Amino acid sequence: MAVTLFIPAALRPFADNKAAVILPAKTAGEAVAALAAAYPDIQQHLYEPGGALRSFVNLFVGDTNIKNADGLNTPVPDGGEVTLVPAIAGGCL
Amino acid sequence: MCILDLVGHTPLIRLPKLAAALPGITLLAKAEFLNPSGSVKDRAAKAMILEGIQSGRLTPDKTVIDATSGNTGIAYAMLGAALGLRVVIYMPANASRERKRIIRNYGARIVDTDPMEGSDGAFRAVRAAVAADPDRYFYPDQYNNPINPQTHYETTGREIWEQTGGAVTHFITGTGTSGTFMGVSRRLKEENPALRAIAVQPDSPFHGIEGTKHMASTIKPGIWDETRPDGLVTVSTEEAYAAARLLARSEGVFAGISSGGNVAAALKLAGTLSAGAVVVTVLCDSGARYLSDPFWEDEPCCE
Repeated sequence: MAVTLFIPAALRPFADNKAAVILPAKTAGEAVAALAAAYPDIQQHLYEPGGALRSFVNLFVGDTNIKNADGLNTPVPDGGEVTLVPAIAGGCL
Repeated sequence: MCILDLVGHTPLIRLPKLAAALPGITLLAKAEFLNPSGSVKDRAAKAMILEGIQSGRLTPDKTVIDATSGNTGIAYAMLGAALGLRVVIYMPANASRERKRIIRNYGARIVDTDPMEGSDGAFRAVRAAVAADPDRYFYPDQYNNPINPQTHYETTGREIWEQTGGAVTHFITGTGTSGTFMGVSRRLKEENPALRAIAVQPDSPFHGIEGTKHMASTIKPGIWDETRPDGLVTVSTEEAYAAARLLARSEGVFAGISSGGNVAAALKLAGTLSAGAVVVTVLCDSGARYLSDPFWEDEPCCE
């Protein structure tokens, strides 16, 4: 299962300046974890020290915010798209 | 009196409960959320628009255009409605629904920009639109317009000096365009060269502190002088959220996320100071502007 994860401009310097990466994942949480494993410098920007995703990080699977679905367990279909955006004042895509 | 006359002259309020653990320290906050469109941005927006009209560059056939993550857009939209000007605002598509609704209800138009590119993306999109049709627009360019810090020098800085009776020893605030920091710090340092001006920055280029810039990783505003701050305090988004909640519950001040960041940073700074220090920060906007943000729901309700 491979998904495409889109990276916001603010985080690209920690991911070889890539705007998108293809990662093995079945859920939104697995996609972000795979990103952090591939680019360890990105980890502190996404996760709290305890390992939880930072509260202002918004993840979308397609057009759906995972906070309105199954959270990090939200499934991503093979070939699906995951988008990582900061919550600027609670916005949505 | 009209709505524009209500810009500025905001109260400077004490935050005694937050400062209770810091004996001898006075913590004060400029209540900028009491400006007519609800934020500190009314000051610069009003000054830049009025200068445009007075200089003849902003004529009725022009459309006001600028990039903003929200509050300046709301201020322009209010001014446009009051003065009969067309306004178009470029903002990241992931800006909050509240902000977009306010702007549209003032009668301004919004152009959504790529949320993945953040505020820099909105800035680049506006520059491209203006370059393509320069005669159509009046572009205040809040990031590079010297009137932005100048109005804070003339109003916000003067007000803080007068409201503290010259007792302010430290000024600390976040930097987005950096207009508030640059203007206020220049004024206060002229009044008292010993005053310390401290800038607040998010701890990461990826953050949720609305309206602030992580200067090291973004397009630097032309009005920003990195040699001006006497120090830098970094805050995390989580610290800003926590301070915003604390402001609401302990002081009865329902302020926004950047205000929370400023207060969190002011408390860090105050913890390093000696008795007698008078620390002033800025409450940029109201927490009501973020009601759709889940951070207000993170804490269990107090029954």
